[in-house]
Amino acid sequence: MLSEDLKKEIEAEVKKYPTRRSAVMAALTMAQLDKGRVTAEDMREVADLLGINPVDVHEIGTFYTMYNVERPVGKYHIQVCWNISCSLLGAEHLIEHIEKLLGIKLGETTPDKKFTLTTVECLGSCGTAPMMQINDDYYENLTGERVEEILKGLD
Amino acid sequence: MEKILLKNVGKPDSHRIDTYLAGGGYKALEKALTIKPEMLIQMVKDSSIKGRGGAGFPAGLKWSFIPKDPGLSKYLCCNADEGEPGTYKDRGIIENDPHLLIEGMIITSYAIGAKNAYIYIRGEFVFGRLRLEEAIKEAYEKGYLGRNILGTDFSLDIYVHAGAGAYICGEETALLESLEGFRGQPRRKPPFPALSGLYGKPTVINNVETLSCIPAIVEKGPDWFAKIGSEKSPGPKIFCVSGHVKNPGLYELPLGTPLREIIYTHCGGIRDDKKLKAVIPGGVSAPMLSEADLDTPMDFENLAAKGSMLGSGAVVVMDETTCIVKAAYIIMRFFSHESCGKCTPCRCGTPWLTQILKKLEDGESRPGDVKELERLCTNIFGRTFCPLGDGAVMSLRGALKHFRDEFVYHEENKKCMVAS
Repeated sequence: MLSEDLKKEIEAEVKKYPTRRSAVMAALTMAQLDKGRVTAEDMREVADLLGINPVDVHEIGTFYTMYNVERPVGKYHIQVCWNISCSLLGAEHLIEHIEKLLGIKLGETTPDKKFTLTTVECLGSCGTAPMMQINDDYYENLTGERVEEILKGLD
Repeated sequence: MEKILLKNVGKPDSHRIDTYLAGGGYKALEKALTIKPEMLIQMVKDSSIKGRGGAGFPAGLKWSFIPKDPGLSKYLCCNADEGEPGTYKDRGIIENDPHLLIEGMIITSYAIGAKNAYIYIRGEFVFGRLRLEEAIKEAYEKGYLGRNILGTDFSLDIYVHAGAGAYICGEETALLESLEGFRGQPRRKPPFPALSGLYGKPTVINNVETLSCIPAIVEKGPDWFAKIGSEKSPGPKIFCVSGHVKNPGLYELPLGTPLREIIYTHCGGIRDDKKLKAVIPGGVSAPMLSEADLDTPMDFENLAAKGSMLGSGAVVVMDETTCIVKAAYIIMRFFSHESCGKCTPCRCGTPWLTQILKKLEDGESRPGDVKELERLCTNIFGRTFCPLGDGAVMSLRGALKHFRDEFVYHEENKKCMVAS
């Protein structure tokens, strides 16, 4: 269920564009903020709100990688960049290190639903490689120890 | 060289309008509003600035394609969907000096007659988006945006549109599709966006760095700008250096600066004083170069002559411990992940290439794999709907051109020839 407040925020986005449909990306981003994922119900409601078909919203939700459509992620979604600049500076070792620390493999979530670990393609942080993103925040110039500290600091 | 694009970076509160104004900001806008739009377009043409997003199309020429009919609504879209691996210059401008971009956008909108402008920023740049939104608010408060800007009859609104993770949206027509609320898949051209772009209206799409050059061109004049760097591709350029150098980072230098100077003078050379093996000069779509090419001036023409391209100016440096097969695999895996699925050669070809490269890398090669890679390249190149597939092929062909022996070694010996 989209809250009334959220619907108001989506309406504010709609005002930026000449068509209501243009606000679909913002609407899905907002719908995802609270629970970290987008449900089929959210997508139906967004479609109603914007006056488009549910399949149109589903298309958007599944095309763009940042939407977690029916893909639950933990409280902290760790995304480690494994593109070229980060790989040259040890992204692979970093991933292995995090897997060991959390006891999960790439693509998995810890049993307490706290962490999900995935890879991500270039996030534009190549001069400060290797890097990872946890939810919206960038963590750069990483080493094994730095990662350990960062993960310990998250409740 | 006097810094133009990164001049405010490092100042305290560099993102605030007061800092920007104290450094002479928005003076160019005041001047621009006293000049006729046609004259401004001519000035940008005379500056010879080429687009900094990757394709290098002359910006003034692009603007001049916009119909002059004042009854038509027109749009400016700023392409801030920075995603070419190795590239982080637009992020640098947006986070540190958002008003430079905003001033450039206001001048550009005035020149082309746009009353609405959008900044399409990639979704992952949450911090940058917030910075932009704050900066836009400041600009409204000071009267640089909104109705009757600085007392003239020119009005403009700028909106920020966040993407949600799709490299393809950096392709200008895919960006427009995405802004309209569709999947980001490229449109057929023609019609070109200058005639039928966003919502079917004439639209200019320019990269962040291109737009950020506009205030300086207006303030100091096209002749001044045209004298910076290479004759055919003048102006400042932000090079984004990453990989095995001692001091990676953003370096604003004149176009035409030799690659060797960037790596050895500005970035302090290779980490641990190892030997350089290969360099990607302009983001992963640009074919890699070898040590023999280090004296190439970094501009559009000279890199094209070497069979590569300036692209986004992202310099990825690889030292002697790098396995080129592995690097090629990582890059192809990226293209395969980002292929939008619209056309078959790219949708099916890039995963196929990735699969072969992975087998070569994992020691599971089959005889003929390298030839198969080359055959696939031939069947993809020039047959895709947009440049993504071509970029994938160009990157692999660059690796094969300089380091074919490494690929063959992997195929024949099922292992790597690099000691690392």
